[in-house]
Amino acid sequence: MRKSGLRGSYLTKGLLILGGIVMIFPFFWMVSSSLKNTAEAFATPPTLIPKAATLDNYRHVMTNLDLPRLFFNSISVSVTVTVIQVLTSAMAGYAFARLHFRGKKFLFLVYLMTMMVPMQVIIVPLFIEMRQLHLLDSLLGLGLPMVVSAFGVFFMRQAMTGIPMEIEEAALLDGASHIRIFRSIALPLTIPALSALTILAFMSVWNAFLWPLVEIFSPEKMTLPLGLANLQGEHSTDWPMVMAGTTLAVIPVILVYVGFQKHITQSFLTAGLKG
Amino acid sequence: MKRNARVASALIAPSFIPLIAFLILPMIAAVCLSFASWDLLSPIQWIGLGNFKELFTHSIFYKSLFHSLVFIAGYLPLVYFLGLAAALGLNKKFRGSSFLRAAYFLPVVTSWVIVSLLWKWILNPNGGIVNSFLHVLGIQGPGWWTSPTWAMPSVIIASVWKDMGYVMLILLSGLQSIPPEYQEAAAMDGASKRQILFKITLPLLTPATFFVIVISLINNFQVFDQIYLMTGGGPDGSTSVLVQQIVKNAFDYGRSGFAAAMSMMLFIILLAITLIQIRLQKRWVNYA
Repeated sequence: MRKSGLRGSYLTKGLLILGGIVMIFPFFWMVSSSLKNTAEAFATPPTLIPKAATLDNYRHVMTNLDLPRLFFNSISVSVTVTVIQVLTSAMAGYAFARLHFRGKKFLFLVYLMTMMVPMQVIIVPLFIEMRQLHLLDSLLGLGLPMVVSAFGVFFMRQAMTGIPMEIEEAALLDGASHIRIFRSIALPLTIPALSALTILAFMSVWNAFLWPLVEIFSPEKMTLPLGLANLQGEHSTDWPMVMAGTTLAVIPVILVYVGFQKHITQSFLTAGLKG
Repeated sequence: MKRNARVASALIAPSFIPLIAFLILPMIAAVCLSFASWDLLSPIQWIGLGNFKELFTHSIFYKSLFHSLVFIAGYLPLVYFLGLAAALGLNKKFRGSSFLRAAYFLPVVTSWVIVSLLWKWILNPNGGIVNSFLHVLGIQGPGWWTSPTWAMPSVIIASVWKDMGYVMLILLSGLQSIPPEYQEAAAMDGASKRQILFKITLPLLTPATFFVIVISLINNFQVFDQIYLMTGGGPDGSTSVLVQQIVKNAFDYGRSGFAAAMSMMLFIILLAITLIQIRLQKRWVNYA
């Protein structure tokens, strides 16, 4: 390699590392701030590592927020919605990919068209509907609309279309029913797509903010994002305490991300539509 | 065939019934509601095109649309070029490159609530690290999210930071789908690195670029979380965007009909972007 090329590559690496610091530093700063007392947190020049580290902020955030409750609500809604969404998407996807029946094209077109309607557009009628059903301020009312995923059906249909015909024909000849083929052939053969959809569905429910904001009012029914948002004060905010809250909330995210990094980035790629 | 129909309906119904109940019906209701005036409590009143008339004569709609465009104009070039730079730099493996990729992507999996609160604190006018740093350099930092001029840039900075890793990921996969023979052949013919980048790599990257632009436009017109959390649309309405106005009108001002009319406009915008995408895709995307 020529010398200028070598220098160029050092420059590139230097810039890439600088970029990496810009991405990671805010997380470091979050943890660092959460361990400082108010005076140190607001001091100029700031200290990178707390001089007098304290856990007071964590104590405060635990008294201000029922974090175990928030975690429990978030987990139960996310898990339930994800399981139902993935399962129903796989079922419909199988029917659209492998079965011939009247009205199939039209039905699928309906799914495709609804893919373009985001929650933001129907938020007001959805609120009214939940009020009619007496499901406002309930985890059931929170979860129900999030079960719907035209995208999931579309995505699973793509995956199910890829299964070789011969396997299915052989199974049909052996007298297996479609339900049986779905369970013991289609599902196992589409595990990569299923896991991608599971990751995306779980993340979108776990991080959901707008619908929970509209649907839930009582603190004991809030999900983690709502609870955290409420840490901001009306007039002034106890930032070190807020950072303690966000630190506690981000730890499981980072652990899961480190553990499933390949799967997570892959699912963003294969089904990248969710941004 | 008949048995098929029974099996098919059993398989489709579990996703189709919720689709009707929680998406199609609300969509129809939103259309109807946009012709009404309703505070969600007293009897509903039909006012024809009244909401739309107000929409087009009143400044609030244009204002929020304008803010969305300002957001996009700041956000999209930044997130694209930073994401592209990261993708080009990390395309070849070297020691630490996978760690860097993971680091760039970490904000993508973090929720908007965490990211918003974190950046509010980083950009806090008093005691935030950015202004403390500027202070040490002898510069008086701006008010960031508390200042009408700097609130939108603050939201843009946080959004670019959060989404850059996603753009990088899409562009990386685009880069990896370019056969290396093209670049090798050009290098053999004496093309400079710059020529290879501009004449081969970037043109072949247009499908990924196109995808990033379309997905960003669709997402950006629906921006809500970071606005609500960082600025609440303020100060002085300087960051109020469409969805934030929809929520405010429906749930704070008791104007659900007007909010539904704005929802319709949002839907029309998204529909237009999708239709343009379908038409353009055939023309200017360079499929290798």
